[in-house]
Amino acid sequence: MIRHVINITDLSRDEIDRILDRAAELEPIAHRGSSNILSGRILATLFYEPSTRTRLSFDAAMKRLGGDVIDFGPIESSSIAKGENLADTISVISGYADAIVLRHPKEGAARMASEFSSVPVINAGDGAGQHPTQTLLDLYTMRKESHLSNVKIALVGDLRYGRTVHSLAHALSLYNARIYLVSPDQLQMPDSIKGDLINSGTKITETTDIDDIIDVVDVLYLTRIQKERFPDPGEYQMVAGSYRITNETLRNVKDDLIIMHPLPRAGEIDCEVDASKHAIYFKQSFYGVPVRMAILSMVME
Amino acid sequence: MKQGEIGLRVRRIKHGTVIDHIAAGQALNVLRILGITDRSNEVVSVVMNVSDRKKDIVKIEDRELKPEEVDKIALISPDATINIIRDYEVVAKHRVILPSQIEGVVRCMNPNCITNTDEPVRPRFVIHRNDAVELHCVYCGRVISERIADFLI
Repeated sequence: MIRHVINITDLSRDEIDRILDRAAELEPIAHRGSSNILSGRILATLFYEPSTRTRLSFDAAMKRLGGDVIDFGPIESSSIAKGENLADTISVISGYADAIVLRHPKEGAARMASEFSSVPVINAGDGAGQHPTQTLLDLYTMRKESHLSNVKIALVGDLRYGRTVHSLAHALSLYNARIYLVSPDQLQMPDSIKGDLINSGTKITETTDIDDIIDVVDVLYLTRIQKERFPDPGEYQMVAGSYRITNETLRNVKDDLIIMHPLPRAGEIDCEVDASKHAIYFKQSFYGVPVRMAILSMVME
Repeated sequence: MKQGEIGLRVRRIKHGTVIDHIAAGQALNVLRILGITDRSNEVVSVVMNVSDRKKDIVKIEDRELKPEEVDKIALISPDATINIIRDYEVVAKHRVILPSQIEGVVRCMNPNCITNTDEPVRPRFVIHRNDAVELHCVYCGRVISERIADFLI
């Protein structure tokens, strides 16, 4: 029985596998289907920060399961604008709903919310902290479109600030993955995370040049390189350009390579790649629905 | 000779607690951890940098500190010893033991952590001891491994 979903590292490999198995069972319903698995149940979605994909996919997931969704609408017209703290909001809302999805700008907000909530809390992103359902949908995508155990994966782009790749790297260490870290020098994976990976027995290789590894990997996981990280716009253009994927870059890749991206993209992948068989990122986005259906059904059943 | 040297500075106490072998320079932080301030009533003696800067000593009269009060000292001074004194005699002596978790003693170094807001939540850390003491924030996951005393509340 899973209660709160706060941090991917709270989950064992066995628990992750059970969530992914459940998602596979529910995927047919996620494709324009419906069910009454959670009929009569109410999910509260509390988004203190803007979100498109995460919010809509939780909405869609709950509705495909036959449940209802409530939210507090625009922040400006809610009690938060009157200065209510998160702890009080959670205490109140947990009386109205059977589970709470929370996105909040402060790190650790979801953990705190779980201590005040009488119903399960699902973390949908806390500041620069955790976003476990993104990681679970990434794992599901790999399992479905490639493979998870012993996967050779390149994490590319902003590995320093990108929370998505930090959580994903931790989770991949449970699956004996071979991880290639590809980033400009100033955006390398933090030492603390590299240390955790090495301690878990995961083999990692760092490089700044994507061409070093692109032909050997099964999965190319790209992330956004943000302009704000570079003091000099010219340097940003040069660095970002060197990680841009085009059909030309993909000339010698493995036949079954998959390309993933948490989206939105900002020029990391040329639109011409969208038509290639390697492009999985829109499917990856869709898989957020069955994975979130699995999580919702497992915390509320 | 050394005993005599210290004896000259601070007399023996009749009843109370002597915290010995505090890391040199940390005595004032020990008082902070114990909640002893300018408004406290206890008679407190502080000796710093004795025996060639090797250690500090704190003596608190007429108060016997409980283990859960003193174990927090291990955060900044893992070799400190606690002596409980009755009638000038040491009736109990033990080393501080690093607790596995602490709450409300240290604040998180991450300014964006939920514990550094107005929310009704006290900072809480899980303590790991490898070569050095490491505090892992239960909420945001940030690790404090150096200059822990700087983050005392």
